[in-house]
Amino acid sequence: MTDLNPTRRTVLCAVAGMSVLPDVPQNALAQTPPSHTALSVTLRINGADIARPIEVRTTLLEFLREQTALTGTKKGCDQGSCGACTVHIDGHRVVSCLTLAARCQGHEVTTIEGLAQGDVLHPMQAAFVAHDGMQCGYCTPGQVMSAVALVKEGHTGTDDEIREWMSGNLCRCGAYPNIVAAIRDVADHTPARG
Amino acid sequence: MHAFQLIAAGTPGAGTTFIAGGTDLLQLMKNNVIAPDQVVDLAGAHLRGITATSIELRLGALETMADVAAHPEVRRGWPAISQALLLSASPQIRNMGTMGGNLLQRTRCVYFRDTAFACNKRHPGSGCPAIAGENREHAILGASDSCIATHPSDFPVALMAMGAGVAITAAGGGTRVVPLADFYRLPGDTPEIETILQPGDVITQIVVPASEAAKRSVYMKVRDRSSFAYALASAAVAIEIRDNRILHAGIALGGVAPMPWRAAKAEQALIGATADAAAFEHAGRLATEGARAAGMNAYKIALAQRAVTRALMEAAHPTAETGVL
Repeated sequence: MTDLNPTRRTVLCAVAGMSVLPDVPQNALAQTPPSHTALSVTLRINGADIARPIEVRTTLLEFLREQTALTGTKKGCDQGSCGACTVHIDGHRVVSCLTLAARCQGHEVTTIEGLAQGDVLHPMQAAFVAHDGMQCGYCTPGQVMSAVALVKEGHTGTDDEIREWMSGNLCRCGAYPNIVAAIRDVADHTPARG
Repeated sequence: MHAFQLIAAGTPGAGTTFIAGGTDLLQLMKNNVIAPDQVVDLAGAHLRGITATSIELRLGALETMADVAAHPEVRRGWPAISQALLLSASPQIRNMGTMGGNLLQRTRCVYFRDTAFACNKRHPGSGCPAIAGENREHAILGASDSCIATHPSDFPVALMAMGAGVAITAAGGGTRVVPLADFYRLPGDTPEIETILQPGDVITQIVVPASEAAKRSVYMKVRDRSSFAYALASAAVAIEIRDNRILHAGIALGGVAPMPWRAAKAEQALIGATADAAAFEHAGRLATEGARAAGMNAYKIALAQRAVTRALMEAAHPTAETGVL
């Protein structure tokens, strides 16, 4: 590893790599699929085309985390209930755990990694930092993706409206008041639509 | 999730299913409740479009819950449809879930969803643990000794109160329109059969008549928390009132039966009646006539009655109460 300023992710990846036994295939427990269930896909993610061979049953969440190392998108419940895996498809927020990667071809996928402009955080990311809109941080990427879409959708009339339209994102730490404050802050500084 | 083949078009048969929004299908497949060999992707099918006229509303089967809920014509002419959709699921799920798929959402019965348990719907003849088990969320109307699961969706409850129809295209290409009231099947001895759909049938459109009653429709949903939860009981009503007399009434219940439950007797009792609290309370009682509790769900009888009464009051005298944020 040549990274002089390792992030938490690069450290975690390195540690995880050391613990893998070299002669055990990592997918040994996975059921071997019939060949017709494998295919090659090209997905447009954060403006880049990414081609990978996948199994048909691969969800977009698995594709992001395991095929492209975009691990910002989190797996929480894997059942569409918690919102930790929220991404945008063609600008609309969806849960990537209930989305088949193979069905995303021809669409624009945006993940939490696609929000910042280089080192400049997206205003919603900056607001989450400023308002301490997190504690453990696990739900945060999904919260931010949902919040960005919510402002665009125009559901920021009242704090109750923000809460209702953030109901697809759970936070077990209970950072909700600060999340609402962060969204309120961005909404108040975003020109009204139309 | 078992491996499967994803195809754009194909010959439907045993082991084949369709995917539209996929929100329920993927949960069912991940939990091994179903394990199709072939999944036919409807994404390429031309099943979109929202058209409203003075006669009817037509919703393409692949229109999303979010788009239909936000549509200005739907909100104006059929408000209970918009309300029912906005009170369903979460914003993310509503961006994915479709009209056709919502009609076909499978029950949330915990025994059906967990393959560790017996279930007559999943494995006919294996038994129903809900009847003597955790049945707080189960049906009080239309259930059988084989199955007491409820239909979980809100949207078709609103459709049922407005006399909607479902356009279906068969594998051979013929199209028919079936009244929603005839679309679902009660469990009886065959709880594994939930609709009249035959293998290869695809829902293409939902057709809802326009009416003064539909314009004045209301969806009232009661649940354990104020958002992102299934109905414990819900009521959709569509009434036309002139000079404080009720000219027409459509009433359906949700969350209490194996299908969206039309309360025909309550509807008939309201025709010609004065639009007041006494009439609405009477209609509420009639709406649950024949209800039978399994045990922990006895509270649903009073809850459903009150949901009907409140929805009727709201339709007759609108307040901000049903306003969806």
